Amino acid sequence: MTIVLNNVTKRVGAVTHIKPTTLTLRPGHFNVLLGETGAGKTSLIKMMAGLDPVAEGSVTIDGQDVTHVSPQKRNISLVHQFFVNYPHMTVFDNIASPLRVAGMAKSEIADRVADAARILQLTPMLNRRPQELSGGQQQRTALARAIAKESRAVFLDEPLANLDYKLREELRDQLPELFAGRGAVVVYATSEPEEALLLGGQTALMQDGQVAQFGPTAEIYRNPASLTAAEVFSDPPINSARVIKQGTVVRLDNGVSWGVSGVAAALADGEYTVAVRPNYVLPVRSERATVPLRGRVAVTELSGSESSAHFTMGDINWVSLSHGTHPYEVGEEHDFYLDPSHCFYFGADGKLAA
Amino acid sequence: MKTVNQKAWFFVLPVLLLVAFNALIPMMTVVNYSVQETFGDNLFFWEGLGWFEQILRSERFHAALGRQFLFTGLILLIEVPLGIIIALSMPKKGFWVPVCLVLMALPMLIPWNVVGAMWNIFTLPDIGLLGYFMNHTLGIDYDMTQNPLAAWITIITMDVWHWTSLVVLLCYAGLVSIPDAYYQAARIDGASNWAVFRYIQLPKMKQVLTIAILLRFMDSFNIYTEPFVLTGGGPGNSTTLLSIDLVKIALGQFDLGPAAAMSLIYFAITLLVSWVFYTLMTKDDT
Amino acid sequence: MAKITLSKLRHSYLPNPSGPDDYALKEIDLDWDDGGAYALLGPSGCGKSTLLNIISGLLVPSEGRILFNDADVTDLATDKRNIAQVFQFPVIYDTMTVYDNLAFPLRNRGRDEALVKERVTAIAEMLDVTSMLNVRAANLSPDNKQKISMGRGLVRQDVNVVMFDEPLTVIDPHLKWKLRSKLKELHQRIKATMIYVTHDQTEALTFADQVVVMDLGMVVQIGTPQELFERPAHTFVGHFIGSPGMNILPCDVRDGAAFFQGANVPLEGNIVKPATGRTEIGVRPEFVTLGTSGMQGVVRKSADIGRYGVVEAMVGDTRVAAIVEGGVPEQGETVHLNFKPEQTRLYADGWLATEARG
Repeated sequence: MTIVLNNVTKRVGAVTHIKPTTLTLRPGHFNVLLGETGAGKTSLIKMMAGLDPVAEGSVTIDGQDVTHVSPQKRNISLVHQFFVNYPHMTVFDNIASPLRVAGMAKSEIADRVADAARILQLTPMLNRRPQELSGGQQQRTALARAIAKESRAVFLDEPLANLDYKLREELRDQLPELFAGRGAVVVYATSEPEEALLLGGQTALMQDGQVAQFGPTAEIYRNPASLTAAEVFSDPPINSARVIKQGTVVRLDNGVSWGVSGVAAALADGEYTVAVRPNYVLPVRSERATVPLRGRVAVTELSGSESSAHFTMGDINWVSLSHGTHPYEVGEEHDFYLDPSHCFYFGADGKLAA
Repeated sequence: MKTVNQKAWFFVLPVLLLVAFNALIPMMTVVNYSVQETFGDNLFFWEGLGWFEQILRSERFHAALGRQFLFTGLILLIEVPLGIIIALSMPKKGFWVPVCLVLMALPMLIPWNVVGAMWNIFTLPDIGLLGYFMNHTLGIDYDMTQNPLAAWITIITMDVWHWTSLVVLLCYAGLVSIPDAYYQAARIDGASNWAVFRYIQLPKMKQVLTIAILLRFMDSFNIYTEPFVLTGGGPGNSTTLLSIDLVKIALGQFDLGPAAAMSLIYFAITLLVSWVFYTLMTKDDT
Repeated sequence: MAKITLSKLRHSYLPNPSGPDDYALKEIDLDWDDGGAYALLGPSGCGKSTLLNIISGLLVPSEGRILFNDADVTDLATDKRNIAQVFQFPVIYDTMTVYDNLAFPLRNRGRDEALVKERVTAIAEMLDVTSMLNVRAANLSPDNKQKISMGRGLVRQDVNVVMFDEPLTVIDPHLKWKLRSKLKELHQRIKATMIYVTHDQTEALTFADQVVVMDLGMVVQIGTPQELFERPAHTFVGHFIGSPGMNILPCDVRDGAAFFQGANVPLEGNIVKPATGRTEIGVRPEFVTLGTSGMQGVVRKSADIGRYGVVEAMVGDTRVAAIVEGGVPEQGETVHLNFKPEQTRLYADGWLATEARG
């Protein structure tokens, strides 16, 4: 079972929302669509689900062209960012509703609902109505409906965005197991890079209605094809700046320079854009983080186990991300250390050079 | 390759047919009458815009139109502020909400001719509760069959009684949709009650208020049944509103041509005023 | 600006609370210094919003007092308390311009226009909205609307406290960090007492000098972000702060030592509380390392999240998470786990029971 998008586009009036996009989404792992709000994730999902018209190109599910098939006939499920349940029905009826519509036998409905409820720990709540449930339970009900239906494709459009983050962590942990072995194509839209990494599978990086890169999640994280792809797949934002390469040395506009080796050293001399993830710019010198960068700390953040500092070096604004709680004073001059072995170099066309 | 789906047009077709049957075709009949003269026997003579000219120059039409604007203006001036005040003072939650809503909806559930008849009997000087009380207990000469002022006061009061509820219910719907945070923020910002009304409640009610005023304008501008039952347009012509006059010309005198021309002018005025009002009210919404 | 004292505060939404479970807030005693940046952190339903509403005066507590600068304000109405609050969803006066929105709290109090102008200009500059001052507020994007709501909270200089109730809920994820840091910066410039209510650890830890962690109507720990991360006083704090949270492992205590799955686990120091009831070992995944010897476990799940790997191993019937640098082992592989002793603590009935050595 696969979903194939073949050069699909979407237009609203004269505005193009999705530029020609070709993607093949397979079952057995999560297919993550990662991008900021407005990048086109929801548009793409809606076209696959049949909720939005496709301007050009085609959508096929399992080899069957469904471009003009209505959503009801595509045998798919959609779980939305907001908790969409029927307010007047019990949890049981909510999970059972698509099965009833399909005309399934009562005993089989009961079996499937019980099964889905067990997996999502909803069994004690089957007789309650959605408004008597917490946000997490409401969203689990929506997920249970998608599972019970055993559809060919499941679209999860930022399903955890409106949950407390600890709940988000728990549910995200369960999600891959939930869909494992069901044979459905699972498409998951998110705006958080970390979520994509935790879910694994394959990721499509989206920006401005286009897929910047598609491939195994950890692999494309390590090997961004373009500056855009690197930017989409980084939180806090990836550090980038102009460098001039001369021989085996690259130099930032502010004079900081370091030596390059391997593929980077083989590049033609000239101007490149260097990009380095914030976790390779550290507040203390280490074995590999050796290039000192002196900057003024502008903003600091703490996320429990990590601290980040946004700092400025003249016109360059960079971020450092390190483990633990590192105390910074806003406004202080601080030495950060760059790990040159994890720098990416992009050419004038934005494509990865080394 | 570009595919254009033409199927959509079929779905619009039923609506087009419906609109054609209940609006366009009857209206075309009226247009047909308005440019011709007939003496019966299905014989028609071309009149051009003659009837329109005659109506527009007619003092009788001017007078009826003036009365119509006066009536509509007065009831809007009373019903809109009154409706807002009542909506503001209604409880927002608790036991009394449904009670208030039902009480408010009651007058609107009564058929229009019954409303007219009720108020007619209510105000009769000899046997009506109000009429008797005014004349015999208070000693005020109140008889709407004789006194134009009394007749006007009565039809206005009747309309206010019948339709203020509509404004109340619409405003109430607008008010309860305002999140509590707005009121809390206003209290924290030190806003007076007037400022809360002016900067939170009124702006949030603007859309429903626009609809309320439009509905009340169109309904009152076309009002027929109630004043016809209540006063029959009298005493004299003092409460002969446009619609009553129109029926007199069309069915009383059987002047179909002028009546048709008058209907179209009437329709054009209603449409124009509604459009201007709506455009002004929604101008700065984006 | 004011010092805030909460004294023996309790609140129940029931008319006749009978047991501790009937209380949404269970006895809270707190002192908040003038000019501090505080956060109330906890999951939904932990009582943080109840506490916020009590401080702002929207709710009168069942028991206890609230003092601003030692003056009792428990029975004062919201508008008499001289506070400012920013709500979850932006509250904007639609018909007004941004300037008039910001000026509103000052004008309502009859301040003269020269002062209004000075304050509005200053606040607009801090929030980077100067260019929008003449725009109608209704036409702004959600994040700018929320900035204006914040601005209205900060424009008055005489407020006792500025409160933020999950103010970043409607903000786009990639704009959140900008507003988070903007708030921190504003606190440093304005030096007002600020209380920030949230369920998000990043928001709380970034903003506050002191974080109050709440659970089930109780304050479980008050501390600096560093203290909360490094020495959680309660297993809830360990679990709630950090992602993934602390490993909480059921253990036996014998002769002053802790045993997990039969093996002795060295702790940070002596057990100083009677280890009765439920006893657990708490160790953060950051301080669990994989080695060639040590506790044996089978990898249940592993994720390479780029900067590091998250490994979940089953030791007996208990899950233990570890954060590892470099490559991650495959599912089903056998690994050896080691806990860093100085970061391994004992919890008895949820509360910290060991003391740090030295």
